[in-house]
Amino acid sequence: MVALVLVGHSLELLHGLQAMLAQAAPDLLVRVAGGTDAGALGTSAPLILDAVRSVLAASPEGAVVLLDLGSAALALEMALDDLDPSERAVVRVSRGALVEGAVRAAVEAAGGGSLASVVSASETPAGRDKLPDDWPVDGTAPGGLAERPVR
Amino acid sequence: MSRALVVAWFRLAASRVAAERVHLTDLDAAIGDGDHGINLDRGFAALEARLSASDASTEAAGPLLALAGRTLTGTVGGASGALYGRALLRAAAALDAWPIDAGPPAVRVAAALRAAVDGIAALGRSRPGEKTMLDALVPAVEALEAAATAGVGLAVALRQAAHAAEAGARATRPLLATKGRASYLGERSIGHLDPGAVSSTLLLEALADAAASGA
Repeated sequence: MVALVLVGHSLELLHGLQAMLAQAAPDLLVRVAGGTDAGALGTSAPLILDAVRSVLAASPEGAVVLLDLGSAALALEMALDDLDPSERAVVRVSRGALVEGAVRAAVEAAGGGSLASVVSASETPAGRDKLPDDWPVDGTAPGGLAERPVR
Repeated sequence: MSRALVVAWFRLAASRVAAERVHLTDLDAAIGDGDHGINLDRGFAALEARLSASDASTEAAGPLLALAGRTLTGTVGGASGALYGRALLRAAAALDAWPIDAGPPAVRVAAALRAAVDGIAALGRSRPGEKTMLDALVPAVEALEAAATAGVGLAVALRQAAHAAEAGARATRPLLATKGRASYLGERSIGHLDPGAVSSTLLLEALADAAASGA
């Protein structure tokens, strides 16, 4: 089964997300790399490298990495540079939003999806947009359920 | 670049970063996420601890720069940790690639700084004019290369590089940020110094001062 690696600036944030994914996909392997070596907010290339290597050791099918913010991509790139070519070949990085993308990716991976399909699931509009189609697009609050026609 | 110069540089840089921690953080609070001084201070304090704890001071300059690169990469957090870490690792590789004692020190240090600056530009997908550390570092490496080519000694060449960095950092004030968290502010980023350019200048000034003190 394809595994997930969650990369972010806050370890607490990632642990919360990890718990949500464990509920949705109990058999899925998810590792986190959050904060600096000393536990401060930030990202750490060595911690990311450790997390990726440890999932690859347990999951030969490979791993999909999701990240919280663009600045995490710099540490991630440094970590991926240190992988062996055989390891790099089975790692994919998602452009999806962290929370929505990880939930979509977890469901797809738990269903036996490939590396490509897990990335694709995490990057679909549904992996980014959490509001129903009939909500106002300008961010104003919807009119309320009482006023909505029953379909 | 001698081992003694690298150790003296890191010690001086650590104390300057600690002294400028609030200033750097305030600059970052204006246009970023307000942690640049805190992050760098944490990284350089960790570096100093590693220098003191290990027998690192017996290492050659290249391995010491690599140790610093790995330390900052894992402890600074933020984009600056990855960028400074990558820079130091690239400088280490450039120094290691030179035959021992081949060429004047200024030429070797210029080659190392060039490798460092190119590493930052590549990882950050950035170039001068985008209100980043490169606005200080690129003029600095150009000044260092010109001085080294002209046969200027290392300490004076590094002073010229630090001056160029300082002028470059000052010139970031009117620039529009298009990279990193500062770019979220758009035009409101104009009118502030770039914290990365200021910290880059501080690091190069520490290097010039370490060289001038005879390390």
